[in-house]
Amino acid sequence: MAWVFIEETETGPAAVGLEILTKARELGSPTVIYFGAGSEAAFATLGDYGATEVFHLVPAEGSTGIAAATAAMADLATEHNPDVILFGQTYTDRDVAGRLSARMGKTIISNGIDVAVDGGVGVTTELFGGAQLVTTMFEGEGPHLVLLRPKSFPAEPAGGAAPTVTAVPLPDPGHAGAARVVGNFIEESQGPKLEEAAVIIAGGRGLGSAEAFGLIEQLAAPLKAATGATRAIVDAGWVPYSKQVGQTGKTVKPDVYIACGISGAMQHLVGMKDSKMIIAINKDEEAPIFGVADLGIVGDVHQVLPKLIEALENR
Amino acid sequence: MKIAVCVKQIPDPASPYELDPTTYNLIRPNEQVLDDTDRYGVEVGLQIAGDTDGTVTLVSMGPSGNLNGIRQALAMGADGAILVDDEALKGSDSLTTAKILAAAIAPESFDIVIAGTESTDGYSGILPQQLAELLGVPALTYAKKIDVDGSTVRINRQTATGFDTIEAPTPVLVSVTAGVVEPRYPTFKGIMDAKKKPVDTKTAGDLGVDIQVDQRIVMVVPAPSRSGGQVIVDEGDGHEKIVAMLEQAKVI
Ligand SMILES: Cc1cc2nc3c(=O)[nH]c(=O)nc-3n(C[C@H](O)[C@H](O)[C@H](O)COP(=O)(O)OP(=O)(O)OC[C@H]3O[C@@H](n4cnc5c(N)ncnc54)[C@H](O)[C@@H]3O)c2cc1C
Ligand SMILES: Nc1ncnc2c1ncn2[C@@H]1O[C@H](COP(=O)(O)O)[C@@H](O)[C@H]1O
Repeated sequence: MAWVFIEETETGPAAVGLEILTKARELGSPTVIYFGAGSEAAFATLGDYGATEVFHLVPAEGSTGIAAATAAMADLATEHNPDVILFGQTYTDRDVAGRLSARMGKTIISNGIDVAVDGGVGVTTELFGGAQLVTTMFEGEGPHLVLLRPKSFPAEPAGGAAPTVTAVPLPDPGHAGAARVVGNFIEESQGPKLEEAAVIIAGGRGLGSAEAFGLIEQLAAPLKAATGATRAIVDAGWVPYSKQVGQTGKTVKPDVYIACGISGAMQHLVGMKDSKMIIAINKDEEAPIFGVADLGIVGDVHQVLPKLIEALENR
Repeated sequence: MKIAVCVKQIPDPASPYELDPTTYNLIRPNEQVLDDTDRYGVEVGLQIAGDTDGTVTLVSMGPSGNLNGIRQALAMGADGAILVDDEALKGSDSLTTAKILAAAIAPESFDIVIAGTESTDGYSGILPQQLAELLGVPALTYAKKIDVDGSTVRINRQTATGFDTIEAPTPVLVSVTAGVVEPRYPTFKGIMDAKKKPVDTKTAGDLGVDIQVDQRIVMVVPAPSRSGGQVIVDEGDGHEKIVAMLEQAKVI
């Protein structure tokens, strides 16, 4: 029996949750732990993707709800004893999974890209930027907790009926549950979303300055591309975190990924190496990004990009 | 405020990592460095301690080696360190590590426990939450900005689309993102002082934690690799090659 934890986002069930739910159908009829306000439409979507049963956890007004949801889940899991509980490698999922692991005394495997249940539960992870694949097996009694990276599985509806939904009251976890939400801020974003765009233009420290990210935006316009970034320039404050591609950012698989002034550190590669076509511009011919590029241009972004933008704008 | 900062010594990321061929554990040389990610946690700790007349204690688990990584954090200004080093902890999972750190931290009644969001070599990214649950405290995670106001800690928690502002009363755990602050460089005096600062080394037995690891790496294989493409030096015509590729991919 597989359980899938799914967080509600602004647009309904989290995309990564539906990907994992699609995968979980292979492991038996999946139960969803749904964390958020919930709605008929959201539950219908979960059913469509194969959930037969839903336990619905609603965070109390003003609370992050993380510790309370964890306590409720631990009780449910003790009662129903699922074989595996699957989470996405996202912020809220990590918060709940980590706490649940400690509360139940169960080990957890992070950064999974695949999970199999024949002859024990095994999880595949990537090492060294995806150069090696590692299989780790659980030992001891379940439930086995697994965090799976976004985009590891395609999300495919199965046309399932509406699931049975059980509202689960959240206990008061005491001081551990004292984190309160006092405000929120949503960054303006324009253009196509990174996760959905067919073409991504990404920039790194090789651009030299925050202003030079304008070149990335100019190139994106004629290609209707989304813009991405390395952690180096997110940390430097040149662009918001929502543009970060890589291990701690987004995982993307566009038709074309153009990396401009990006070295190709393994933490960046894991987020983009499965793009259909990769083009890289870097002035250092030894840059690791060339190891995954279908076309590598050894050159200066300030020379190549303006010419490329002009060529595309004139088409 | 009494502050604990979880820091990790790791093999220098600049040199290639090696796995033990039988256990698949990372081989940890005698000479290790402070995980760059933890410099942010140390800096945040030092800033809060500076504002509140507090102290910063480093807490770490792993092979001591020559203590170079711990000394790097002490040289930034931390007051002392607790290090749990035990042969039996080799290949520990994050839960075991969290149990060890919790056992080292709990008796000291810290107001704030700080950790990174993920380590460079392990990157399980869930240890801070496990630790918070074991300590019975709230977790303010993925902080990109931190304020302490009396006994309330308030952070901006990174989200996929922006941030949430969340707060909790102490005792509390905070996990910090890289880029949250600009870590200071150790001064010469800091480096000299670090040599004299107390490092309290313990074993798992000292802490009364029994070790049980319920996961085991069974296989490591090379991933199917991408076929290497062409790399050409730009001679003023690099953009034309790119346009041709984009045509081939049918995106223009
Ligand atoms: C736990 C952890 C998680 C991480 N997660 C992520 C993540 O999610 N995403 C991520 O991206 N990184 C991540 N990183 C950081 C990663 O290790 C690298 O530091 C980062 O990706 C480097 O970014 P960069 O390529 O922009 O910069 P650099 O590595 O500094 O590379 C800049 C490149 O630009 C080239 N260059 C310079 N000038 C020019 C020019 N004029 N024209 C052309 N090329 C030029 C240089 O040759 C160089 O190759 C993580 C690190 C850790 C420890
Ligand atoms: N062995 C360790 N000793 C001390 N702190 C650790 C250790 N492992 C992880 N941490 C802390 O937990 C954070 C997340 O680590 P990880 O779970 O490995 O991604 C790190 O940034 C550290 O602050």
